[in-house]
Amino acid sequence: MNQSAEKITDLKTALYNFHIAHGGKMVPFAGYQMPVQYPEGIMKEHLHVRSAAGIFDVSHMGQFSIYGTEEEYLPLEKIVPIDLKSLKLNQSKYTVLMNKEGGIDDDLIVTKVEGGLNIVLNAACKNHDVERIHEVIDPSKTKLHEDLSLIALQGPKAVEILNTLIPGVSELTFMNGASFQYRDAKVFVTRSGYTGEDGFEISISNSQVEQLCQTLLENNHIKLIGLGARDSLRLEAGLCLYGHDLDTKTTPVEASLTWALSKKNKEEGNFLGASIVQDQIQNGTVRKRVGIKPEKTIAREGSKVFKGDQEIGIVTSGGFGPSVNGPVAMGYVLKEFSNEGEDLELEVRGKRHAAKIFKMPFYKKSYVK
Amino acid sequence: MAEKKYSKKHEWVELSGDIATIGITKHATEQLGDIVFTEVPDQGKVLDAGGEAAVVESVKAASDVYSPISGEVTESNDAIVGDPSLVNQDPEGNGWFFKLKVSNADQINELMSKEDYDKFVTENV
Repeated sequence: MNQSAEKITDLKTALYNFHIAHGGKMVPFAGYQMPVQYPEGIMKEHLHVRSAAGIFDVSHMGQFSIYGTEEEYLPLEKIVPIDLKSLKLNQSKYTVLMNKEGGIDDDLIVTKVEGGLNIVLNAACKNHDVERIHEVIDPSKTKLHEDLSLIALQGPKAVEILNTLIPGVSELTFMNGASFQYRDAKVFVTRSGYTGEDGFEISISNSQVEQLCQTLLENNHIKLIGLGARDSLRLEAGLCLYGHDLDTKTTPVEASLTWALSKKNKEEGNFLGASIVQDQIQNGTVRKRVGIKPEKTIAREGSKVFKGDQEIGIVTSGGFGPSVNGPVAMGYVLKEFSNEGEDLELEVRGKRHAAKIFKMPFYKKSYVK
Repeated sequence: MAEKKYSKKHEWVELSGDIATIGITKHATEQLGDIVFTEVPDQGKVLDAGGEAAVVESVKAASDVYSPISGEVTESNDAIVGDPSLVNQDPEGNGWFFKLKVSNADQINELMSKEDYDKFVTENV
C-alpha cells in the first residue's frame, strides 16, 4: 500500500485529537491511527502501569452486542465454545472464535448482560468476526457499536481512583462487569484488562470519552499509555496477541488455550472444528505455545528456535520486559521440547543465543478475585 | 578534537589523528526511545564504510548501526553493553559505540556537518 492510500483508510478513534494534544506518537495499527507512545516513552509508561495506573485507548477494538433470549443467542456456541447457559449475568469470559479447521479466527471476551451478550473483538478481525457471527445469529439481533469508545484503566491504583469517579466499581470482581452512571453518561465497566494488572475496561459513548479521560488524568497517579507499553505489558503477563501468537491455522490446544473453551463444549464437541480439538486433547499436538526466556539477547517475532542442530520452533512475540528487566518471548516449539527449564537456542542476526522454556507469566499477576 | 561529522543513517564520527570514535546521534536515540540492548564489534574487526557494525535495540525494535567510515576496530565501549541506557543519557559523549583506526581518512569529507545534519533531520521527519 502506498502512503497516500494508507492515509485515506486510516481510521481514528474519538480520542485521536486528545492523543495528539498529549504528545502521542501516532502510528497505523489495524487500520487505525493509534498512539504507540507518549513523550515519556514505552519504558516509563510500562513501569507506571505496574506501580500506579494508566489509561489505554482501546476503542479500535470492536464492541459488539447480541440482543435476545438465551435461546436466541445459544447458537453462538457453534463457533464460540463457551457454556453460555452457565455463564452468570455480568460475568465475562476470555474465549476464541473457531473455524472449521480447528483454528482460531479471533480471541475475544464475552460478557453476559441483561438482554443478551456483549463481545469485544480485535480491531483487525472485527468485520470478519461480525460476518462469522451472522452465520449463526440473526443479523437484525446484533449491533457493532461504532458510537462507543472503550478505554482501559490498568494498574494497582486503578480501583481506588475509578471508584471515586464511579462509586461501586470496587465491588466488581475480576472478569465481572456492570452498568454504572458516570455524571450524565451510562457506562458499562468490567474488571478486566490485558496487562497482568488489576484494572477496568470502560465502555462509554464517543461524545463523553474525552471528558472522562481528562478527569482521570487530573489525578497525578494516572498517565496515558500507548500501544508499545500495552504490548510489553501483555507479553510479560503471558497473554496472546492475535495475528502474532494466534492465527487461523493454530488450534486452541496448540496455543495452550484449552482453558478458554468450556468443559461442557469440549466434552460434547458441539462447535466448529471440535473433532480436531478433541483429538488433540486426547492425543496431543506436534507443537505447543510456550514462554521462552532468552538469557540476554532480545529475540523478536520470527526468530528461529533450535535444539542442537534441529530447528524446533519459532518466536511469535518477543521483546524487552521492563518489569522483568530483561528479554522475554513466547512462541511455538515441538512438544517434546516444551517442558519448563528446557535449554534452547534462539537465532538472532545469524547467531545462536541461549534461552530456556519458561512457565508464563514472566511477571506475576495481581488480579482481584 | 575535530568537529563531529554526521551520516544520513544517524551516526556521528569524531576523528582524532587516525582514530575515529563512532556513535549514534541524539536524534537517533530520540527516535528509538529507551535503549535496552547494545552489541558492539570485537577489537580487530575490519569494517567497511556503510557496512553493519553494531546493534542497538530499544523496547520497540532492533536497529543496525553502520560504520560511516572504513577501518579496523581498536576499542569498543563495554560500558554501553553493561548499561545500554548510557546511550540515551549521553549519545554523543559517553554513549559512543566503537573506535576505528581509519584506513581512508578522506571518507570523512563525504559526511555532513552538524548544521547540514540538523537540516537533513528537519527535512526528513
